[in-house]
Amino acid sequence: MNFSEEKPIYLQIADWLCEQILLGRIKPEERVLSLRELASKLEVNPATVLRAYDMLQEMNIITCKRGMGYFATNEAMERITGLRRQRFIDEELPKLFHTMKLLHIDIGTLVGLYQNNSSEL
Amino acid sequence: MITIKNLTFGYSKQKMLFNDLDLGLQEGHIYGLLGKNGTGKTTLLKIITGLCFPQGGEVSTMDYPAPLRQAGMLENLFFLTEEIFIPHLKIKDYVKANAPFYKHFNHEQFNEYLSLFDMDNQNDYLTKMSLGQKKKVMICFALACNTPVLIMDEPTNGLDIPSKSTFRKILAMAADEGKTIVISTHQVRDLHSLIDAVIILEQGKILLNADIDTIARQLLFKVNEDNNIDEADILYKEESLKGDVVVAINKEHQESKVDIELLFNAVMNHPQKINEIFHA
Repeated sequence: MNFSEEKPIYLQIADWLCEQILLGRIKPEERVLSLRELASKLEVNPATVLRAYDMLQEMNIITCKRGMGYFATNEAMERITGLRRQRFIDEELPKLFHTMKLLHIDIGTLVGLYQNNSSEL
Repeated sequence: MITIKNLTFGYSKQKMLFNDLDLGLQEGHIYGLLGKNGTGKTTLLKIITGLCFPQGGEVSTMDYPAPLRQAGMLENLFFLTEEIFIPHLKIKDYVKANAPFYKHFNHEQFNEYLSLFDMDNQNDYLTKMSLGQKKKVMICFALACNTPVLIMDEPTNGLDIPSKSTFRKILAMAADEGKTIVISTHQVRDLHSLIDAVIILEQGKILLNADIDTIARQLLFKVNEDNNIDEADILYKEESLKGDVVVAINKEHQESKVDIELLFNAVMNHPQKINEIFHA
């Protein structure tokens, strides 16, 4: 994994784990890698992974079972989708709108492109 | 874990290396010790490990006065030097001769680390290996000792590209809350996601000793795309294709990723300001 963005590494690790859950590579109630396993896999300090796990635990995406490790929660998928939607609306859409304004692309053009695209999918 | 107070040291009286240097290191961190060539990084490590004697001041490692080199300190400390002494022995005989000095030495770990480096034959003679291979054996040995204090001087020098990655993997496995790991390095990019505290040494003084979280709170590392960072807050900048990459005072409390190379340059550029920011 390449940590090239400006975002702190623990946030990138949290994003990566959420992505794994969204992609179905980690199922609800399934064990996620231990701190040490993930730290070694990603070649990062275990304390950084702990920070990511603490945050995900607070968001109720993973849970710690004493002596057994960390597990994805039942509602992990739902929680992540909710958070990601919010992030899309708060962060990505404004950027898109900005570019549309800059390049004089109106919403009608976008709707057309969207419909074409979804019919292909 | 390691405390240095008012340290004075020089190889000659005309040219003192350290004058009244203070430094405190805590367990649970992987410290990156950074400094230009000839600033005394290796000497500082030698003083911590009892290989060089302070001319003034006090140095204690795990509550033992370092210059006394007591057994209690030595069995809990491993120093992997940059230039390594290699006896004419097979790997397994080297371990047999040296592991008994370290009460937490773990043979299983040693074998696992070696095989991660693709070095499975412990009947090979150390003296018949390339520098990189010798270094790998010593790294495995150092980490398998499980000492509370582990000091490594330029450990990634001489390692090939895949071995550097393996080194990071096993270091991540070995690090824990009870250990104090100090790594002196110029190859910051080799280790930037493992180092979680930075010590910068310059002209006999410690210019910075802070953990990454504190650094991230105080300083902002970003591409100044919209030029909205106040010029007076910028400690260092570097041109890039996306715009100027800057290190600035983190007034807005934004979260960014600490880039250790940029940090080093910022500290060299504005030692005074850095001192004010971190000791306010």
